[in-house]
Amino acid sequence: MSSPSSRTIQTVVLALLVIGLIALALGGYLTPISRYILTPLVTAQTWLATRFQAVQSYISAPQDIARIRQRNTDLEAQVSKLQAEIIDLKQQIAETRILSALVGFARANPDNQYAAAAVIGRDASPFLQYVIINRGSDYGIRRGMPVVNQQGLVGRIAAVTASAARVQLITDNASTINVRLDPSQTQGVLQGQITGDVVVNMIPQSAKVQIGDLVLTSGLGGTYPPNILIGQVTGVRNRDYDLFQSASIQPAVDFSQLEIVLVITNFRPVDITPLVPTPVTP
Amino acid sequence: MATLISVPIFTALLILQTAIISRIPLLHGTADLVLLAVLAWGLQKRVQTAWQWGIIGGLMVGIVSALPLGTSLVSYLLAVMIVLALRQRVWQVPILAMFVATFFGTLLTQAIAVIALRLYGNVIPLGEAFSLITLPSVLLNFLLAIPAYALLGDLAHWLYPEELEV
Repeated sequence: MSSPSSRTIQTVVLALLVIGLIALALGGYLTPISRYILTPLVTAQTWLATRFQAVQSYISAPQDIARIRQRNTDLEAQVSKLQAEIIDLKQQIAETRILSALVGFARANPDNQYAAAAVIGRDASPFLQYVIINRGSDYGIRRGMPVVNQQGLVGRIAAVTASAARVQLITDNASTINVRLDPSQTQGVLQGQITGDVVVNMIPQSAKVQIGDLVLTSGLGGTYPPNILIGQVTGVRNRDYDLFQSASIQPAVDFSQLEIVLVITNFRPVDITPLVPTPVTP
Repeated sequence: MATLISVPIFTALLILQTAIISRIPLLHGTADLVLLAVLAWGLQKRVQTAWQWGIIGGLMVGIVSALPLGTSLVSYLLAVMIVLALRQRVWQVPILAMFVATFFGTLLTQAIAVIALRLYGNVIPLGEAFSLITLPSVLLNFLLAIPAYALLGDLAHWLYPEELEV
């Protein structure tokens, strides 16, 4: 039977032991010992936690995969929608650039009045170089009006309805335009080909034509206003036995990329047929 | 009904032709959707409105195109004549008939276009036209001939259902 005094001594010793351990721990003296004790415990804990997580992932995987797949589908749909918006915005930017260039061209040529029109189609026949624009007589467009864009001469109005018109391009086989070459001021006749090329014919043999000369409308014949850029000379054919020279031309306008054009609405072609002398039959 | 339905079909084809097909040339040749539709319709066994389709297609193309008036109408009617003759002779192999009709139909329509343009003072050089326009157009029409035949065949089955013999 222990006496009350021995229990008291035991309690005091235990308390002093605990206080001592705490003091040693706070002082950092027990760190090496705790390392040796805790490290295997942590290792065991890690092992067990990893296995548990693996089992938990395996059990909950179907729900996660379904959720991830749904999220993937939603994101793909969002990406498609954004890509469509990007394409639309890029198209608007391109149209804005074209319109800006056309406005600049119109400001540089203030004498003319213009009606802008979009090119909505080409002629169904491959032998003809015509385009269809979405403006017609309702917008003051009439047959024979010249059509230009910021690069140069495109053609002229060949047929008109209320809301659309057909434009004969300068590259059409039946298109003939009186031109002059700059700087030589030589007169010639520009003709289209079925290949879409253009050639200036009937250049006098005495004329000095060089590669790089500019080709402009001369205004002769009254079908086009003068001084509209058509293109540039890329080659000259001059043979001694020919009556005239001819020159191949690189058009200033890219006809494969025609999107928006300007119709010169304050120019009316002149009909010079009454002035052409007719032969008198004896 | 079979005649009336040609109007919206040709309208849609003309829009496609002018807005898209004519902007995708091979060399300088293009496919002709209206011609293919007329040929494919004419080759269908139970169809009796081939001439009407030729007339409506020719008129509609004539309104849109800058070719001289009547050119498309004449050329498509002659194409219908060819296709009806082929239908009687090559009825067992309709796909072959479609290719043959496409070849001769394309040559015929383009020859008539060249002649009409020449009559109106627009002289087309024949060698260049044949090599740069006609042959590529024939090739492009060949590519679209089978789909055209299949689609118009389905339309013909819908409009002229087969009668079951009991």
